[in-house]
Amino acid sequence: MSELLTMCIEFFKTGLFAVGGGLATLPFLTQMQEKYNWFTAEELGNMIAVGESTPGPIGVNMATYVGFSSFGILGGVLATLSLVLPSLIIILFVAKAMNAYQNNPLVQNMFSFMRPAVAGLIAAAGFSVMKIALLHQADTFLASINWIALILYAILVALMYWKPMKKLHPIVFIAMGAVAGILLKM
Amino acid sequence: MKVLFDLFRAFFTIGALTFGGGYAMLPMLEREIVNKHKWATSEELLNYFAIGQCTPGIIAVNTATFVGYKVKGVIGGIVATLGVVTPSMVIITIIALVLENFMDIVWVQNAFAGIRVAVCALITVSVVKLFKSNVKQHWHIALAIIAFVVVALLKLSPVYVVVACAVLSFIFGKKVQKA
Repeated sequence: MSELLTMCIEFFKTGLFAVGGGLATLPFLTQMQEKYNWFTAEELGNMIAVGESTPGPIGVNMATYVGFSSFGILGGVLATLSLVLPSLIIILFVAKAMNAYQNNPLVQNMFSFMRPAVAGLIAAAGFSVMKIALLHQADTFLASINWIALILYAILVALMYWKPMKKLHPIVFIAMGAVAGILLKM
Repeated sequence: MKVLFDLFRAFFTIGALTFGGGYAMLPMLEREIVNKHKWATSEELLNYFAIGQCTPGIIAVNTATFVGYKVKGVIGGIVATLGVVTPSMVIITIIALVLENFMDIVWVQNAFAGIRVAVCALITVSVVKLFKSNVKQHWHIALAIIAFVVVALLKLSPVYVVVACAVLSFIFGKKVQKA
């Protein structure tokens, strides 16, 4: 019981200090692995693989997996809630402040500078996903191109801009990707 | 009550379909939050992302809390946050319970390789839309390119980019408004 509490405190700390989301939680998990015997380094590696390919935020996936494999279903739920609690509290305060100051010219100015930059940040995130999905390990750039993936990518983008399919839910395209992946043995 | 249910359902869908975490949720957010329910504009989403970049916690959770709070106050924030994490909790628990070596199955790996390509395509379309609506002037383009280079090529933390933009806005804000 006290160990379950320790785990909740550890995930609360992770949620509080991991700034920037996603794999920002990784250093904290590595530390946790060294300090407690809740999971091995190998299990952490598996967790990252599962967390990166299943839906949902990676940090949440990891918390659920660690909590569940050490303490069962209750552990999974508590670890996840402990992880999100700090940001939930902080964002509620920030959202309240934002409501009060959103018409302030200084704040509006600040966001007008941040928005184009965040568009660039999202493009960078897309770029790093593309590197994983469309390239494989090779010595030269030309040899590293995964042509099957690249052609599938081009077809999917074209379909998304095609009028009859434009309004379809993203799940349709995700399902197409999964089916193509299995059929083409990607 | 219905709003709370809608919030939970919308963020549950987003959580269930966001492969790759973080910004990969953008296409779903746009569809559910901006187009379908009109709870926030795409500009507001970018504001939330900017703040989420400098506050602790996962971007997806931060964005859910923001949108939920805007729609229905504190309880809305809590419900939206629970909605976005519930699918992962269920899915990961099932994976941990049923299949120890889930990722070793060949067709699962193939399917995920295909899904990653689809996610790339979805993000590309969203990013193009985002640039069209938010990157209009020359200095916008400069900021976007610098942000991309700093994070994608120099591998620095996005936090620096957001903080630098805040500082720049205090120095050049008035000039830009006049221009």
